[in-house]
Amino acid sequence: MNQYSKLRYIAILTVFVLGCLYALPNFYGHDPALQISSLRGNSLSNEVVVQVNDILTDNRIPFKSIGLDTGKILVRFSDSDKRDMARDLMNASTGFQNYVMALSLANASPEWLQSIGGKPMSMGLDLRGGVHFLMEVDTKAVAKQSESRFISEIKNSFRKDKIRYRSIVRGGIGIQIVFINANMKERGLILLSSEFPGLESRENGESNTVELSVSTDTLADIQKTALQQNLQTLRNRVNEFGVSEPVIQQQGINRIVVQLPGVEDTAEAKKILGATATLEFRMVDATGDIQAAVAGKVPIKSKLYSERDGNKILLGKTVILTGEYIIDASSGLEAQSGSPAVFITLNGKGARVFSRITGQNIGKPMAVVYIEQRKGRAVEEVISVATIQGQLGKRFQISGLDSTQEARTLALLLRAGALAAPIEIIEERTVGPTLGKDNIDRGFRSMVLGLSLVLIFMAVYYRGLGLVANVALTFNVILIVALLSVLQATLTLPGIAGIVLTVGMAVDANVLIFQRIREEVANGNSPQSSISAGYDKAFSTIADASITTLIAAIVLFSFGTGPIKGFAVTLCIGILTSMFTAIAGSRAIVNLVFGKRRLLKVSV
Amino acid sequence: MSLLSNTKIDFLSKANAALYLSLGLMVLCSFSFFNKGLNLGIDFTGGTLVELGFEQPADLDFVRERLEESGYAGASAQIFGSPREVLIRLPAQVDVNSSDVSERILAALPNTDMRRVEFVGPQVGSELTEDGFLALLYAFGGILIYVMLRFTFKFAIGAVIAIVHDVVVTVGLFSVFGLAFDLTVLAAVLAVIGYSLNDTIVLYDRVRENFRSYRNKNSRDIINQSINQTLSRTLVTSGTTLVVVLALFFLGGELIHGFATALIIGIVVGTYSSIFVASTSLIFLGVNSVDLMPVEKDGEDLENRP
Repeated sequence: MNQYSKLRYIAILTVFVLGCLYALPNFYGHDPALQISSLRGNSLSNEVVVQVNDILTDNRIPFKSIGLDTGKILVRFSDSDKRDMARDLMNASTGFQNYVMALSLANASPEWLQSIGGKPMSMGLDLRGGVHFLMEVDTKAVAKQSESRFISEIKNSFRKDKIRYRSIVRGGIGIQIVFINANMKERGLILLSSEFPGLESRENGESNTVELSVSTDTLADIQKTALQQNLQTLRNRVNEFGVSEPVIQQQGINRIVVQLPGVEDTAEAKKILGATATLEFRMVDATGDIQAAVAGKVPIKSKLYSERDGNKILLGKTVILTGEYIIDASSGLEAQSGSPAVFITLNGKGARVFSRITGQNIGKPMAVVYIEQRKGRAVEEVISVATIQGQLGKRFQISGLDSTQEARTLALLLRAGALAAPIEIIEERTVGPTLGKDNIDRGFRSMVLGLSLVLIFMAVYYRGLGLVANVALTFNVILIVALLSVLQATLTLPGIAGIVLTVGMAVDANVLIFQRIREEVANGNSPQSSISAGYDKAFSTIADASITTLIAAIVLFSFGTGPIKGFAVTLCIGILTSMFTAIAGSRAIVNLVFGKRRLLKVSV
Repeated sequence: MSLLSNTKIDFLSKANAALYLSLGLMVLCSFSFFNKGLNLGIDFTGGTLVELGFEQPADLDFVRERLEESGYAGASAQIFGSPREVLIRLPAQVDVNSSDVSERILAALPNTDMRRVEFVGPQVGSELTEDGFLALLYAFGGILIYVMLRFTFKFAIGAVIAIVHDVVVTVGLFSVFGLAFDLTVLAAVLAVIGYSLNDTIVLYDRVRENFRSYRNKNSRDIINQSINQTLSRTLVTSGTTLVVVLALFFLGGELIHGFATALIIGIVVGTYSSIFVASTSLIFLGVNSVDLMPVEKDGEDLENRP
């Protein structure tokens, strides 16, 4: 007789119940939510919750719930339009300039389900909308920067040791030093080898000339550091940009993947991620002749700049202060004029320098220069010129910005730090929210249609046992969804296609078994032994067929990126679960239903 | 219900016809592949792609005009899916390796819904092409090794011939009909490899079993018998898989159209190849019962002889 031990039934039933339980959160899905956090990472208090509540209620934006979750406020909405309205409203509210509003998706499952770790599947960018960037760090620029840095360090140590040289320049390959005589060259080489182990020196045919190049190991280290620093800067920027669950990862030796779910404004995202904006403070050269400077005669200690309105201005060549000394920056409105401003806090060293210079120059005008790298070229603009009213210290404000938006962006960039090396976007994949929604609908519809057709076919073609296979198949889909939810593997559109494909292929195991049973019956075996033999004989075929498909799926997983990976994941999971449900699951049902009876005939 | 049970079709008598058909298809496909090439998507060539949604059915002439005005005369615009959606494609430009192109296209066509933007730099494109080829090779290699371990070397060769046949024909038909070949299609081709192999393995399993059970029959009869025994299963599974893939084709949307197309071709070709190509290969490779006997000691081998 075909019987499983009680333990086996219990094990299969347990898997079934767990599968249903962990697939259940997908039924509830996600609520569109707004996550509000403090710019400086402080925990928010209940007071802020009340404020947000009041603002939303006053403006008649309905929301489902509001609450504190690990120091951040989470407001849930019934649809994403209301959430977007709420975000715009909050961003415009005066009291909320220093909070980050991030669009997110909140688990909408009931509490008991969440408490056992129930989560809906995590949806990929092609389903929920968002931006994917692959960025490449410009390693040539890093090498160039490091050479420039070495040159200034070498000059310093030569000066200290009184080693005299004619020139130190960046040549075609590395750094070229021309010493004034052989003696100096000898001393110079000794100093270089002791103080700059990262440089390899090569004597040029010409006497007194030495060529230096940064050794491969050192350059690799420098590039690694630059990449790490860029990763950190990008993380800071993204956090402040207001994105929940961003992905910022290194890929290969010089690439960075950035994924921002829910972000639609790619232009803004690109601007902030790739921006190299910083500030410089310089004294205004009020004595210089602007007309002459515009004509080409710039005073030797000054440099010609443009203001935003196009007016020319002469500024001193010496930089008083750069963005590096800024430890905090926030945007807001200037108290008197009400125009957008950035409030800056300097670190100790910066504050000392700044207060000394401003103290010496009271009554004189000072300019703030905004510098941005665009396509490898620095664009410099004077954003404000103000007369120093008194000695400035650690904290001060700058104005002259066009809009509150610009003030916010500048403050963000100053806080997040500069990029150590320029980066270039080499791949972008953006999906808008409408397409994302369409993709979910289409994926879901094709899954329902595909599954229904297969269920009908199996019931018609194999009758009794076909129904058993249908139960196993449904169970299989539930298990796939449950596993994807528990593993929080990213579901993509090709991933849904993978589930649909699995549905078609999963019946294969049962088809193999049923064909075997039919053969056994045709050979004149009793129904019970036919069932038993059918399952046994089909097993090795099923295993072989599954493993070979698994090989293809694993190859796909290891080479694919993004959506393709999603396809490979669902395919792999689908193959494994279908082996379980089609063999153990369907056998359990067959045993329960037919196992104890004396069968006259197998309905297959 | 049961179709095709107890068939006794002499498939191998059609071996020559199948051989000519397969060779003809493969020659045609290879010819097209090497002469016409594939209609590669921007995943492989690099370039920019923008999908826009319009409130009303889109006026392509207007879109093209605006693109030309913005200096993108090389851009192609076509209706994508519904008449309200337009796909704009711009090939990679030699000196403008910039992700800004999409921004400018979006700016040229305001008041539209940005559905999708893809930009692939030329270096990424060539890497993806290389990785794609490597993936195919790894899949072939992995399968060859597994089948060799589970069966014998001759079976492994037979399986790989069948898979190569399927890949060449599937990819080749994409070239013949000029269908867009992107990353998802490549993924589908890999899935086809897995699927087609599935069928072949089921057949080979039966062949092995029958060789062991009927030692007196000749290879030809055994292979024929095995095909007939697995025919019903092969067709049922192909049928259900085809049904779900057709559901994807019709309801899955434009984004996985290519993917579904590749699977439809692959399933049909894969089913044909496991019945005709994989089996015929075994005959040509001269598989016989000796290949499949469990390795035994000499003495036992003698005793076991009938």
